Amino acid sequence: MDERRITVTVNGERTTVDVEPRLLLAHLLREGLRLTGTHIGCDTTNCGACTVLYDGRPVKSCTMLAVQADGHEITTVEGLGIASELDPMQEGFKEEHGLQCGFCTSGMMLTATALLAENPNPTEEDIRWALSGNLCRCTGYQNIVKAVLWAAKKMRPPAAV
Amino acid sequence: MYPSRFRYEAPRSLDEAVNLMGTYGDEAKVLAGGQSLIPLIKLRFAAPELLVDINNIPGLGFHQAEPDGTLRIGALCRHNDLERSELLRSRQPTMAAAAPLIADPIVRNRGTLVGSLCHADPQGDWASVMMALGAEIVAVAVNNRRTIPVSQFVTGPFQSALRPGEIAIEARVPPPQGTVSGTYFKLERRVGDFATVGVAVALESNGETVTRAGIALTGVGPFNIQATAAEEALVGKALDSNVIEQAANLAAEAAQPKSDHRGSAEYKRNVVHTFVMRALGRSVAQAA
Repeated sequence: MDERRITVTVNGERTTVDVEPRLLLAHLLREGLRLTGTHIGCDTTNCGACTVLYDGRPVKSCTMLAVQADGHEITTVEGLGIASELDPMQEGFKEEHGLQCGFCTSGMMLTATALLAENPNPTEEDIRWALSGNLCRCTGYQNIVKAVLWAAKKMRPPAAV
Repeated sequence: MYPSRFRYEAPRSLDEAVNLMGTYGDEAKVLAGGQSLIPLIKLRFAAPELLVDINNIPGLGFHQAEPDGTLRIGALCRHNDLERSELLRSRQPTMAAAAPLIADPIVRNRGTLVGSLCHADPQGDWASVMMALGAEIVAVAVNNRRTIPVSQFVTGPFQSALRPGEIAIEARVPPPQGTVSGTYFKLERRVGDFATVGVAVALESNGETVTRAGIALTGVGPFNIQATAAEEALVGKALDSNVIEQAANLAAEAAQPKSDHRGSAEYKRNVVHTFVMRALGRSVAQAA
């Protein structure tokens, strides 16, 4: 069996695991590491439900091989926060009702997290552009945008008076 | 869906990669961004024996202008790098206009321009841009290095001129001789869709007349189409409304659209005409 030993840092934790080269990163995360917050929504690299951060940048984990994560850092939605201690992005989605079924939500929050790291004060247009690789079938995107704006405001230091 | 079994190597040098490709020939595929290749192998439309992952090879992620004005884009330069490029914004309006329109922002973090050319999707945007610019590809194999004009690089749908054992390592845009103008327009039903119609226009002028014209079309033929007659109608002329209209007509004639769920053939031909009119009109405005 042509398995490779890879070492991936997932949500800050180093993990060493043997994988077939053909194993997709999404499957390593969901089935190998039981981190099922990352979702698989399409077969065509369109929907972005599988989005994770790869060295801080959003990638579609269904369109990456697990072996490509060897030596790299992955952040999944589980790395943002926990139920008792939501991070500002998660809080924003809660406060602004930024989800309905929740299937696209982990991808949305991770892409938006990367956006805010680069642009702490995005306009609505910036947000819509950055999220254009993440599809939502439920919400019509309005509240997702509001959620990201909420998180951006929470994370910015208060303006000097 | 997931791929069938394959061998995988991640060489750390170009020499190593080239040797692997030379050994395995047409059973091997290069993995760069993977945003076209991995979807193909997931659906099992392709089943290479060996994937040669070039992401760990240093020195391929660049894009830069040489002293003589040649623009070089390395094999690992991501669409995103080009989207954010100040160099492109200031010097290469056709490429700068196209970069943000490729796929979606997440795919753009991984996908590469060179990879897109090699994949030769008939609805790929970069091939039209690079054809309009008269660009070329540098391909290396064991003991061989050659340069292939992009106009000869795409040989059919998903077919490139690369021979087994060759790796495309960079794309090169020749130095402009005159004032550069141009743009890329893409009509898509939604972000991330393939182009219903894409039009690349790249012009050079001496201040009065057009000295070089490149016009290439996406999504309206079996592969990207260079609108040669339209280009020739522009060279040596000043961009007045008659000249623009004539070029737009010729470009529309060069298109070979098919009616499908993205639109009728007549509609697509009309969009080609409109886009060429607009792009040339913009060049006039830019020069003013």
